[in-house]
Amino acid sequence: MSTDTRTPFEKKPDSPRSTGELIRLEQVTKRFGDHTVLDHLDFSVDAGKHVTLIGPSGSGKTTILRLLMTLLKPDEGTVTVDGEQLFPAPEKQVREIRKKIGMVFQQFNLFPNMTVLRNITEAPVTVLGLSKDEAEERARELLEMVGLTDHLDKHPAQLSGGQQQRVAIARALAMRPQVLLLDEVTSALDPELVAGVLDVLRDIARSTDITMLCVTHEMNFARDISDQVLMFDSGRIIEAGAPEKIFSEPEHDRTREFLSAVL
Amino acid sequence: MKWDWSAVVDFLPYFWDGLLVTLQILVLGSLISFVLGLVWALLMRVPTRWVTWPVGAVTEFVRNTPLLVQLFFLFYVLPEWGITFSALTTGVFAIGLHYSTYTMQVYRAGIEAVPVGQWEAATALNLPPRRTWTVVILPQAVRRVVPALGNYVISMLKDTPLLMAITVLEMLGEARLFSQQNFQFTEPLTVIGVAFIVISYLASLALRALERRLVH
Repeated sequence: MSTDTRTPFEKKPDSPRSTGELIRLEQVTKRFGDHTVLDHLDFSVDAGKHVTLIGPSGSGKTTILRLLMTLLKPDEGTVTVDGEQLFPAPEKQVREIRKKIGMVFQQFNLFPNMTVLRNITEAPVTVLGLSKDEAEERARELLEMVGLTDHLDKHPAQLSGGQQQRVAIARALAMRPQVLLLDEVTSALDPELVAGVLDVLRDIARSTDITMLCVTHEMNFARDISDQVLMFDSGRIIEAGAPEKIFSEPEHDRTREFLSAVL
Repeated sequence: MKWDWSAVVDFLPYFWDGLLVTLQILVLGSLISFVLGLVWALLMRVPTRWVTWPVGAVTEFVRNTPLLVQLFFLFYVLPEWGITFSALTTGVFAIGLHYSTYTMQVYRAGIEAVPVGQWEAATALNLPPRRTWTVVILPQAVRRVVPALGNYVISMLKDTPLLMAITVLEMLGEARLFSQQNFQFTEPLTVIGVAFIVISYLASLALRALERRLVH
């Protein structure tokens, strides 16, 4: 065991931490057929901030995360991560940018053909070039943090949804990303399993300097962890501010309506 | 019609030779069809028509012409161009090629059945495309297609007697040879009929065992 007493979450990422503005979207537009999901959107996120995206379904929140993860391309506008533009960019640069970003999905998307341990070590070994032992040590530390050390030889199908999602969080963190994208990570879970996952995320938010972009319908969680809350409607940000302000005295009627419906 | 056990005994040396050839055709033909079918399926996903059109046209052609015609073509026409292989080699290749055009469709369905979230997770983890295919997509796709591939193995077994037409002495060829020499048809044909059932049954047992092992 190493003598490093910091939790895995507190350790520095492999690439140097950036300060200041980390993510910037300028005039980003995304359409699916006739439907405009993002409408000339501008916003930026500073390193280390926790930003929560709220708003009705179909308002474009998830699309932003998917653009940042390069799962989608914008139709117009520029997306910049840590000073480097993403679309268009040569494959090599895209791969470098992706190393800085991790994502946790609504449906977990663990690899069902691999054990829990292998799910977590696969990318650190093949992408970051860690040795198998280093990657396994990193995985064990992370599994301890998410409370799943007993399950490392199991396959995802043998775990509950909440456990699978905690493995997915560990898998994303094993890459030591600067940014963690959380896409409705508790929406597919049975109600009694939600708290366990949110506790893990609160822990990460509190004890690390990782930048978080979080799409969620868990308003209490959003209030707890966010530095900033963005309210989306029809592909635009209609209101932005500190959680205390957005949740207590929203300016916009649409925000008030939305919050009274979900709270 | 009388059943003559001594004819069975007399046929056995022929039978063992034929059985060995049939099994060779089945095993090698299956391997070729599994590998080649996967190659076709992957080539059909290359995002350029310069690849997908020729591959699509060739495989469509092979799938929609009779195996027997292909056997004759490969065995009697190719030598005219100076390409000569033994009857068995030609037969194994022909049956493997023919069935690869079916297994490619099985693979395609298997690959398409892997949830899109698996591709997304691989992208999010920055896995290189090659690695995504080899450790994420194909293991899941192949697991799904084992039962369907197994059906084609059984089907291929039942097509192996076609190779008799190009002088390969597999089980039916040996049975015919024996029958013509001894004017006894019932016993050799019955023996190989039973053998076909037994091989099918054993093959399906083996495939079911493989399926079970692949559950994880």
